[in-house]
Amino acid sequence: MMLGKTAGGLFWMFRYIERAENTARLLEAGWRIALTRSDGESNEWQSVVNTAGIDAAYSAKFDSFDSGSVINFLLRDRDNPSSVLSSIEAARSNARMVRTALSSEVWEAVNECWMEVKSALARPVSERTLHELLAAIRYRTSVVRGALHGTMLRNDIFAFSRLGTFLERADNTARILDVKYYVLLPSAAFVGSRIDNVQWEVILRSVSAERSYRWLNGGETTPMGIAEFLILDKRMPRSLAFCYSKIGENLNWLANDYGTRHESHTLADRICGQLNGTTVNTIFEEGLHEFLTASINDTSTLASLIQTDFRFYQ
Amino acid sequence: MADTGSTFDEMLARSDQPRPPYESYFQWFANEDLKDLRRKSREAEAFFRRIGITFNVYGQDEADERLIPFDIVPRIISAREWATLERGIEQRVRAINAFLHDIYHRQEILRAGRIPKEIISKNTAFLPEMIGVNPPGGVYTHIVGTDLVRTGENEFFVLEDNARTPSGVSYMLENRETMLQMFPELFSQLKVRPVSAYPQLLRRSLADCAPEGLTDRPTVAVLTPGIHNSAYFEHAFLADQMGAELVESHDLVVENGRVAMRTTQGYHPIDVLYRRVDDDYLDPLTFNPDSLLGVPGIMDVYRAGNITIANAPGTGIADDKALYSYMPDIVEFYTGERAILQNVPTWRCSEADSLAYVLDHLSDLVVKEVHGSGGYGMLVGPAASKKEIAAFEKKLRARPSNYIAQPTLALSTVPILSKAGLAPRHVDLRPFVLVSPNKVEITPGGLTRVALKKGSLVVNSSQGGGTKDTWVLGD
Repeated sequence: MMLGKTAGGLFWMFRYIERAENTARLLEAGWRIALTRSDGESNEWQSVVNTAGIDAAYSAKFDSFDSGSVINFLLRDRDNPSSVLSSIEAARSNARMVRTALSSEVWEAVNECWMEVKSALARPVSERTLHELLAAIRYRTSVVRGALHGTMLRNDIFAFSRLGTFLERADNTARILDVKYYVLLPSAAFVGSRIDNVQWEVILRSVSAERSYRWLNGGETTPMGIAEFLILDKRMPRSLAFCYSKIGENLNWLANDYGTRHESHTLADRICGQLNGTTVNTIFEEGLHEFLTASINDTSTLASLIQTDFRFYQ
Repeated sequence: MADTGSTFDEMLARSDQPRPPYESYFQWFANEDLKDLRRKSREAEAFFRRIGITFNVYGQDEADERLIPFDIVPRIISAREWATLERGIEQRVRAINAFLHDIYHRQEILRAGRIPKEIISKNTAFLPEMIGVNPPGGVYTHIVGTDLVRTGENEFFVLEDNARTPSGVSYMLENRETMLQMFPELFSQLKVRPVSAYPQLLRRSLADCAPEGLTDRPTVAVLTPGIHNSAYFEHAFLADQMGAELVESHDLVVENGRVAMRTTQGYHPIDVLYRRVDDDYLDPLTFNPDSLLGVPGIMDVYRAGNITIANAPGTGIADDKALYSYMPDIVEFYTGERAILQNVPTWRCSEADSLAYVLDHLSDLVVKEVHGSGGYGMLVGPAASKKEIAAFEKKLRARPSNYIAQPTLALSTVPILSKAGLAPRHVDLRPFVLVSPNKVEITPGGLTRVALKKGSLVVNSSQGGGTKDTWVLGD
């Protein structure tokens, strides 16, 4: 037996942990690209802001996309509800709310994560300390995940935690692809052109997949290859297919345990079915952007169905 | 400041030699390196912060979670001392439950003229809604935290009865946990009675008070005002340790004559609600209509006998300061015995003679608001400036019945670890008592609060007090 509020708290706690981690990855990618380019760096930082989906909040505060503003806005600005600091604070606040559902290891991991991130982000961050800081954020969030895997019962607590993680991750991967989809389209692909290679690298790095992609594809980077890898490859833990197979798995676990299937199950089955039954060629033929937009909408619909089906709020 | 010069130190009394309960500890301490101990003390703080034992301070957004300072020198009570306290507390708690039953039923004690009628009828802590209500198992105060102070070898006084929702038990448990981790060797040398069973005992005690006729194991839930409440950590801690659900009012509804919580699979009825909200916030239909914290209709379910509320609504009348001075009579009236534990002599400012005396002696007395708590709204005469006394006098003259006065007790001291080594500081003690239909159980130990400022008599955590682990020795 679990309170609806607790299910909601777990779901959001792990969404926020995942979000903090994704933002850190995105910043790392942007920073690397900016470092390796001699011209037009501001363009890259703008694209980082786009990818994070916070254009409006950013434009309300800044006129230009200089590295200092973008880095600090993404890391520590309280006006940015998705900043790493805001996300970690929200994660920890949800963890406090669901304290009784967490093992002490998980609680301590998230509490320590919050203490360290809060103190590291108490002052503006310079590019010089950025790399170390991002590594610390990734490390701290990994400890939370590790504690979850190592110490928690595999029951509904675990299922709601995982649902939060994978819904956030699916949303993040689809957004990264969608912001950059134009560089993956055949018409825009001047194969071998330096600019596109850089953009592809941003995509792969944003999901920490540059090395695994090369391992699997023998060094040949093509737009279709990247799209296939991030959308359909189930070996890739941040691909849409992987995320949705996990979402389906956890929802099915709940259906078996509770003995009830809800609307969210139907939708998740449909999405899994689509991902299993399509090819990257079909996706490109029918329109990559359309596919990604539909996926982002589906993910958001699924999240709100889960919220209603399992009585998070009422 | 308020030291009278005749303070009883529990470790050293008035000599260089430790009193018997402290002998082993004192010897151990003499062989320890002060630097090491201070390092341990800092480690303890880091430990508390990591596990999140904090309390919230209202109205301070950024730094809204603070630690209660913890002192690593234990307070030690001998088996013989404890046996007397235990008997005294049990007697007092039984009397309080009998009093509550009486006051909400036939009111024999008023008929007998042992306490004045007005003190009940005009008291906001008395809930007319509770008249004639029979709480499941006949228990009113499921959890009590009796505040005790000491002034000499055999002089213990009850300062407050805390029969509503006493807090601090999580500190008792975590303080012990910390001491066990830091000084395992001490626990193998001394026979310290364990306190760790408290959450299981609490759960069993609450379950034993469940409404009659249940077929399943009773569902127990802890009701908290939410994560911003100052004691939220404790609410979550107890729920966790008991294996009970931690609910807020918006998780609850009244459905089919039961109180039910919203779960991922629909509504599930609750049998026992350990509530950590005040009476006022329990049911907006019965009490404070503006409360957003309450559960509309819960009092109807309660009156129908379909839920246990711990502690019962209306128990506040028993720990009301206006009633405190009658406690020796109350104990005698219901148990037929003299009270084992003394009351602090108390002047009721509602009585003209007493008021006159109090006004004449303000600089020697402690004057308290009848309904105050947490050390707020009180005057500690010996520590107050002339200006403060004059201001307080005005308030007292305006509403004398709102105040009681007590002599400034020379509270006993126990040493804390200061920069220079051991330094005496004033303490009090709150043991935790569980009441079920057949049993009164007192966990050996409790929360020792210590005034960290030299000479200060105010031990409240909201006013700079800290805590100590409390050791009750086995035979």
